[in-house]
Amino acid sequence: MREVAVIGAGITAFGELWDTSFRDMCAEAGVKALEDANVVGEQIDAMFVGSMSAGRFIGQEHVGALVADYVGLGGDLHVPATRVEAACASGGLAFRQAVAAVASGMSDIVVAAGVEKMTDVADATDVLAGAADREWESFAGATFPGLYAMIACDYMNKYGLTREQLAQVAVKNHYHGARNPYAQFRSEITQSTVLKSTLVASPLRLFDCSPVSDGAAAVIVCPLERAKEFTDTPIKVLASAQAGDTIALHDRPDFSTMGATVAAGNSAFKQAKLERKAVNFVEVHDCFTIAELCAIEDLGFVQKGTAGKFTEEGQTQIGGKLPVNTSGGLKSCGHPVGATGIKQVWEAVQQLRGEAGKRQVDGAEIGMTQNVGGTGATVVSHIFGRV
Amino acid sequence: MTVARFWRAIPQRYNMVGTKCETCGAVFFPPRSVCPHCRRDGKIVEYQCSGKGKVMTFSVVHSASDQYSEMKPYVLAIIELEEGARMTTHVICEPEEVYIGMPVKSVFRVLDREGSDGIIHYGTKFVPDVA
Repeated sequence: MREVAVIGAGITAFGELWDTSFRDMCAEAGVKALEDANVVGEQIDAMFVGSMSAGRFIGQEHVGALVADYVGLGGDLHVPATRVEAACASGGLAFRQAVAAVASGMSDIVVAAGVEKMTDVADATDVLAGAADREWESFAGATFPGLYAMIACDYMNKYGLTREQLAQVAVKNHYHGARNPYAQFRSEITQSTVLKSTLVASPLRLFDCSPVSDGAAAVIVCPLERAKEFTDTPIKVLASAQAGDTIALHDRPDFSTMGATVAAGNSAFKQAKLERKAVNFVEVHDCFTIAELCAIEDLGFVQKGTAGKFTEEGQTQIGGKLPVNTSGGLKSCGHPVGATGIKQVWEAVQQLRGEAGKRQVDGAEIGMTQNVGGTGATVVSHIFGRV
Repeated sequence: MTVARFWRAIPQRYNMVGTKCETCGAVFFPPRSVCPHCRRDGKIVEYQCSGKGKVMTFSVVHSASDQYSEMKPYVLAIIELEEGARMTTHVICEPEEVYIGMPVKSVFRVLDREGSDGIIHYGTKFVPDVA
């Protein structure tokens, strides 16, 4: 297999973008990525678009073709465009398909995009509940906050995690998000903001939850051997891993361990031939505060049951032992579900190029991403390094 | 949930009829037609669950989708049935009453109504199993 590099990345602001449409967000992120990579449309061999639920959010399917057409890659150039769906892991999986297409030799220059337009629909909670088992979880009244709340309940019972430690995840991610010009919430918060916010699903409160967001992100990949034709700062894809698990949370042997994160993480580290300590920063799927704690444990960075204390000590903040979610994460940067996985890659690229500005991790050489679909039925993980 | 989708799960939702793999002995509720452990070697038969179990984890849901907004706050829980299968369900009790390990038993209840003149869905919920 060929080695693969990221040669360009672009993103829109994340937030409630009422005056911007699905297709315009894609165009904005895609054009920025192409300009960043110095690539023109004629050079593009394929395109993968991650979108979780365009059919229910905006009533539009066939979004691969829609986006390709709108940016001028469809009608004249006939670029093959494929929509990729795995709930909130759709973006990460679109990136993985792009990497696979280049690694296999089938394509050379490939666009991976992620997008979601969530604020054009009334009942986003119900749309998102479609990422769980509709007949046996959602129909029983399980919402996504409810499912992650049950993970939190189990975790707190087993490991003695405090409500304050959990809140600290959100405080830290807002601190990071306040330094990201594209983040939905660019303000710092305190622990009491989290603890006094409305109960959504006990023990989770409003500030434990990622928001409903609009946004898009896009990156360009090509064979590593060609990367210098386009950029002086290509970012190498050191590993691409995906793993699956039961769709229903109730079928997991341990509710607070995501088996798919463990499997994808192990596979990624094996591919990259790296130890955990080589990683300088990680972007994980903090759709709810508890998910970030499970993620850094399941990826093997800290022992099971200790992530709360690790967070409380400030080790996951920029400047700590393992900066986590320097973009602000899903919590503060926003969570347009299909776009999140590509946003994570975008952030890794910013950090590894040393272009992350006020949220730059000093001397970042190796970064990792972890993107979760549902409560962990799909996990996609990548490791990136400077060339 | 559509009528057709609900209709085919009536044995499960009304009577808690699950399945069992005679090869490995595992009981499935919700039912499975393929044993995830034995796969093609599994032999799946119908199995009547007792409806008794205990709470493994729970949450009190305060913010729900439109369909369930009338019921909130409600206790959402994962129950382990005494046969070993696990399911997601409501526990009908005061929010402060529920705890991990609480014994529960199944009851027949209204699940939801599709508006004031639509279909009423009936099915299984759980209540504390007080000895």
